[in-house]
Amino acid sequence: MAEATVNEPLNSEDTYRRPSHVQLWRRQLLRDKKALVGSIILTLLVLCAVFAYWITPYDPNAMDFDMIMRPSWAHLLGTDDLGRDLLSRLIYGARVSLFVGFSTVAISLVAGVALGVAAGFFGGWIDTIIMRYIDLQWAFPNFIIAVYLVAVFGTGLSNVIIAISLAFVDDFARIARGMVLTIREEQYVAAARTLGASNNRIMWRHILPNSMAPLIVQATISVSYAILAEAGLSFLGLGVQASTPTWGLILAESRSFISRAWWLGVFPGFSIMITVLSINFLGDALRDVLDVKEVKEPG
Amino acid sequence: MTQAGSKGANGVPAPILEVRDLKVHFPVTKGAVLRRTIGHVKAVDGVSFSIAKGEVLGLVGESGCGKTTIARTILKLVEPSAGQILFDNQDLWTMDKAEELGYRRRVQAIFQDPYSSLNPRMSVREIVGEPYLIHESGLGRPEIDKRVRRLLEMCGLPGRMAERYPHEMSGGQRQRVGIARALALNPDLIVCDEAVSALDVSIQAQIINLLQDLKNDLGLTYLFIGHDLSVIKHLCDRVAVMYLGKVAETGDSEILFDEPLHPYTVALMEAIPVPDPETEAARAHQVLAGEIPSPLNPPSGCVFHTRCPFTVPLCRENVPQLEEIRPRHWAACSEVASGRVDPRAQQLAPPLSSTQFPSAGISVSPTGR
Repeated sequence: MAEATVNEPLNSEDTYRRPSHVQLWRRQLLRDKKALVGSIILTLLVLCAVFAYWITPYDPNAMDFDMIMRPSWAHLLGTDDLGRDLLSRLIYGARVSLFVGFSTVAISLVAGVALGVAAGFFGGWIDTIIMRYIDLQWAFPNFIIAVYLVAVFGTGLSNVIIAISLAFVDDFARIARGMVLTIREEQYVAAARTLGASNNRIMWRHILPNSMAPLIVQATISVSYAILAEAGLSFLGLGVQASTPTWGLILAESRSFISRAWWLGVFPGFSIMITVLSINFLGDALRDVLDVKEVKEPG
Repeated sequence: MTQAGSKGANGVPAPILEVRDLKVHFPVTKGAVLRRTIGHVKAVDGVSFSIAKGEVLGLVGESGCGKTTIARTILKLVEPSAGQILFDNQDLWTMDKAEELGYRRRVQAIFQDPYSSLNPRMSVREIVGEPYLIHESGLGRPEIDKRVRRLLEMCGLPGRMAERYPHEMSGGQRQRVGIARALALNPDLIVCDEAVSALDVSIQAQIINLLQDLKNDLGLTYLFIGHDLSVIKHLCDRVAVMYLGKVAETGDSEILFDEPLHPYTVALMEAIPVPDPETEAARAHQVLAGEIPSPLNPPSGCVFHTRCPFTVPLCRENVPQLEEIRPRHWAACSEVASGRVDPRAQQLAPPLSSTQFPSAGISVSPTGR
């Protein structure tokens, strides 16, 4: 009877292994032109940031008497009011901006998803407490919260990262909770419960994988917001120390010379723009790729 | 009729599952801050039945009559408001963790919608193998793969389907995956909640044949929930007809379908079209008036009195109990019980013949014979 049929040995003739999800995603991303452009630019930026020491023509903090020079062969993007090479400063600035962008999103994604999943999965008073806090935070613009938190913690790179991360937690929590509430009612979750699956297993194997698509899209958008927020905080003098080259700080310092030295404002602004744009391209493409019904086995 | 399994002292098969006066009421609340209950939806309101080992019990009724709620309660997805469910004489709500895990192992479910009952992010291998990860964590990956293929083949799917994802399969194939998952742990009881309702008629036939073959080969017991009377008649040994959270009539499938007693069952049977246009046109239809009343505020007395063609004033006051009107055939209707109404005299539709059920060719032999 039952025992015999299920446990009988089986001669398996075909052991075809299909490409993994990640392989399929990569193939699909490469087919999307915008995604391709976005990932190339982003890769270049990351490489610049990593190898800044070797590719910069000058020390970013070395001053010179050639102050406020137009772009020339000696200084490709010109110099600032202290005679520092703008190109070198921008390349070093990519380090800070990208680091802030990615680390804040990583922190707020993990924290926000944890809060949102807990709220949605357990419901009741846990949900009430978490969501009332999120509502409170939701009532203020993210940037204002970041400004407030920096004012509390003090300036400096790590404080800026913490402040921006906390400011972004509510977006992720809200999306995660919404997804959990939807997916919790799916029949496959009921099926898993019927099988005796633990809460842990249901959360990690059933609910989270099916909630990831909108969260990843939100994460890519948030990377660009985080870069802008860091630039904004630095612009207001609430960011990192004045000597550290960051895009926002360079932009802020250019303000005084805007009528005389257009390059001091245009190039950092342009850096921020192409970074944000390429991340958004990538996020757009990710949204399509992560839709499970769109993942096709290549012919 | 197969009634395998151990017999009790008096020759009646011992029930594997017993539902005793089950009530499931969902509170309806109003207001966000000062939440108050403004009423209860009486989804299931005093239902009793039992299933013997090796038996197929059918649960029929319109949408919203509480069939699915009963299934969800048996699967411990919903808590009952009152009453008991006993599995092997053990109450489902006095179990400790280990006992509950054992129960979950022995009772499995096949769900209605093959599109949402499988996790879209998991391959068939992972879906069908998950029960082993939960209950037999010692098994290695190769052993699980082997069993998954075996199960798929039992359910009429080629083993290489294990690499597929649900969206790459048809509805019938997905339902077979769902069945394979339910069989993985060699369960005693399978709750089929509208297991074929979402499928095409020809696919329905295949899945029903598969369910029947599996039952005969593996000695399974089914609680089969549906609204398609011909499917229920084909598959079930006994039937319970539900209306508005209560059982209206219950009995052996053949007797009940040949000579229904309760006016509601009679009306249900008459709603089945006869597959011959002339007979169909000549048939006088007794159509039920109105809609199924809201379970939030069910009618007094007999819940069917608002739509019953035989209602007398007493029906509005007295709640009829299930009475054994003929041997092994119970109905909850005071008028029929007292003999004042004979629904058989009103019966106009010819009895449903079993040849009516399409057995569309393909019969799946689960062991690959």
